[in-house]
Amino acid sequence: MAAAISASLNGVKDILLLERDQYLGGILNQSVHTGFGLSYFKEVLTGPEYAERFTRKIGQIPGIEISLKSFVVNLTQDKVLIFLKPGMLQTVKAKALIMATGCREKTREMVHIAGTRPAGIFSAGLAQKLINIEGLLPGNKVVVVGSGDIGLIMARRFILEGAEVKAVIEIQNQSRGLVRNLVQCVYDFDIPVYFNHKVSRIYGRDRVEKVDVVKVNEDFREIPGTKFELECDTLLISVGLIPENELIEMAGVALDRKSNCPLSPELNKTSIPGLFVCGNSYKVYDIADSVTRDSEICGKMAAEYLLTL
Amino acid sequence: MMKNLTCIECPLGCVLSVDVENCKLAKVSGNKCPKGEIYAKAEVEDPQRIFTSTVLCAGLDLKMLPVRTNQPIPKNKIIDAGFEVKKIKVTKRVCAGDIIKKDFLGLQVDLIATRPASAGK
Repeated sequence: MAAAISASLNGVKDILLLERDQYLGGILNQSVHTGFGLSYFKEVLTGPEYAERFTRKIGQIPGIEISLKSFVVNLTQDKVLIFLKPGMLQTVKAKALIMATGCREKTREMVHIAGTRPAGIFSAGLAQKLINIEGLLPGNKVVVVGSGDIGLIMARRFILEGAEVKAVIEIQNQSRGLVRNLVQCVYDFDIPVYFNHKVSRIYGRDRVEKVDVVKVNEDFREIPGTKFELECDTLLISVGLIPENELIEMAGVALDRKSNCPLSPELNKTSIPGLFVCGNSYKVYDIADSVTRDSEICGKMAAEYLLTL
Repeated sequence: MMKNLTCIECPLGCVLSVDVENCKLAKVSGNKCPKGEIYAKAEVEDPQRIFTSTVLCAGLDLKMLPVRTNQPIPKNKIIDAGFEVKKIKVTKRVCAGDIIKKDFLGLQVDLIATRPASAGK
């Protein structure tokens, strides 16, 4: 939204915004905690409030057409998009294209935890969606694997929902998420945090029953004799994000294989001229305000690119 | 008595060194902005947090409505607040900022909606 608004303010008259969900704002809608807006709006907002500032603004700009429930299935290097929308398949050709597709969460499989594959293993953001959007509590005795911001925030969220959070297990020697989240979401509720530890095995046939936790050395190798068990019915995986860039890859944009970010000569640019990427799909940001700032730059860059055609 | 706090006012997370005398803040250092000093004083004398959660809706286009307190509440009331919001059901359309529960928990703060919800579904 920030990129579209900025492109419009920089003179672009005909903008189409495609959103796959049924409302604008993406992950902000489920991020009901505070901490947004401090740098951009100079006040403390929740995720939905932050999103609403932009949905209100974008709704007043006639040059921006918003298409919800629109799922892009194909993209070419000439910026031809094919997208699905309820009841139709549409094709559009863009002169300039901005991708703001965000991230996916890393999964249990990507951090190689041994054991069974029972129900009860959720990525932290999925659990956030279940609680905050769907009103469902995924479990009652929770172990958080990793200390990403969403995992820390969800530790508090589960406590507020009446669940028990047994521990946060982080393989590194410090929190992956912001310290403020460690303080207000974990320490505030006396949740034990184990740094330099990892979950080494998951037990349970139908549902998670317990996990093994073991201390690791600097090379992340297990230290023999340090293993202990934690009884739980739910594991939250919060071990990082991967930029969602399959569409631009389809179009032929060069990606960094390790991070899945576009290989980029300059902020928001890709190997295809006029195809821009902003926000978490360009690089993983800590703070939404920084995403907004760089996305506004992206909108301006797209507007300037159009003038060169 | 000296102790360390981590400021939670912004993502920087300054480590504050505070001098506490008789449960009152005597001196603070380590803060990079004035917010740190206000936070340290509150954290030592009367820790406060903004409470955020979701409440159940019926007959609206959202199943859960995100809410928050319009002012911070005492930290030791957060768990109570978590139980209290479960008693609330929203059945009428709301705008972001509308009061969902006045004088929430008798704390002289209001619980407000943080997202609009309209009739439907």
